[in-house]
Amino acid sequence: MWKKVYEWLDERLGLNDMYTNLLDRPEPTGNWWNTLGSASMFLFVMQGLTGIFLTVYYTPSPDHAYDSVQYIMEGVAFGWLIRGIHHWGATLMVIVVFIHLLRVFVTASFKFPRELTWLIGIGLFLATLGMGFTGYLLPWNQKAYWATTVGTQIAGSVPFIGEFILKVLRGGPELSALTLQRFFSAHIWMLPAVLAGLMGIHLYLIIKHGESHFPTKED
Amino acid sequence: MSGSNEISRRDFIKVTTGIVGGLIGVAIGLPSISYLIDPALREGGKDAWLSIGKFEDMQIGTPYPFSFTRVQVNGWERTSSSFGGYAIRKSDAPTDILILNSRCTHLACTVNWHAESDAFLCPCHDARFSKDGKVLDGPPPRPLDVYDEFRLSEDGHIEIFFKAG
Repeated sequence: MWKKVYEWLDERLGLNDMYTNLLDRPEPTGNWWNTLGSASMFLFVMQGLTGIFLTVYYTPSPDHAYDSVQYIMEGVAFGWLIRGIHHWGATLMVIVVFIHLLRVFVTASFKFPRELTWLIGIGLFLATLGMGFTGYLLPWNQKAYWATTVGTQIAGSVPFIGEFILKVLRGGPELSALTLQRFFSAHIWMLPAVLAGLMGIHLYLIIKHGESHFPTKED
Repeated sequence: MSGSNEISRRDFIKVTTGIVGGLIGVAIGLPSISYLIDPALREGGKDAWLSIGKFEDMQIGTPYPFSFTRVQVNGWERTSSSFGGYAIRKSDAPTDILILNSRCTHLACTVNWHAESDAFLCPCHDARFSKDGKVLDGPPPRPLDVYDEFRLSEDGHIEIFFKAG
């Protein structure tokens, strides 16, 4: 019965082909360093899911942001768990993505024909840092407020256009409700969209070219 | 795997991945559902017995004004609402009290007792209610609401039963 259902679906969706090409594709004799990309993607999905759940209670307004986070931590069943995963997952994701980047660099996997995979990977790393930067403000506590004050000031130290960049980031000369709202928007819409799009191309390129061999002593 | 009972390395990895993934899914999925439906599992506003004043302070035949505030907490937000009314003793018996809600039944303004005209007057649309809450004049569609559940507490206070919502 299930076999028939599966065959019906397979004829139309090509499930077997997908399985062979996506999951059963040939890999170089690898080691655990090769799993960091998958680990990054897992963390991205995890952050996405817990982030979606957090928006059920979180309010991006200076009046309510702090209180709503307190409510998530103390008032809602398992709110501490959802936020805890999102909080620690964020730190872990930055670390894992960075080690992934280092691995690719050290094993010289960025060379032909994988230059674009590497460049897009750099974009993914920067977007991940952007997620960390924008997410840090959202609890709207003292640490978040001053970290963002300093962070945007650093961006403002760029010669000539620094002040303009600072105003764009803050939505004005000062940290305000506008800052919180636009960081929220960047955190839950813009950067995730960028990440998802770049990840799609990144994965396509990996499946197209396969993974690179680890360099041997002769290399 | 052909015919042998030994499980291949590849199948072992598949099964282990499935089991561990399933466990992680359950460990996070179930709390997530609980997280989502949590507000629905909470009790709504709390019903309570509230004191409106000492029985001995209420004089027979004279409306005795009282007021109280209730605070409703919804997540991180607190809403406080004020309520008020008049208790009118009709005889010595502590059960023989008419307790009126001072919320006008027209558009919810607060009515005031006006001794000279022997009526409750509403400032908004000049409605008038008699001492027992009946509409004498003006637009209200029905008499003043009545707190009909009340009791005399041990320390001599009249308490009304307040239903939230």
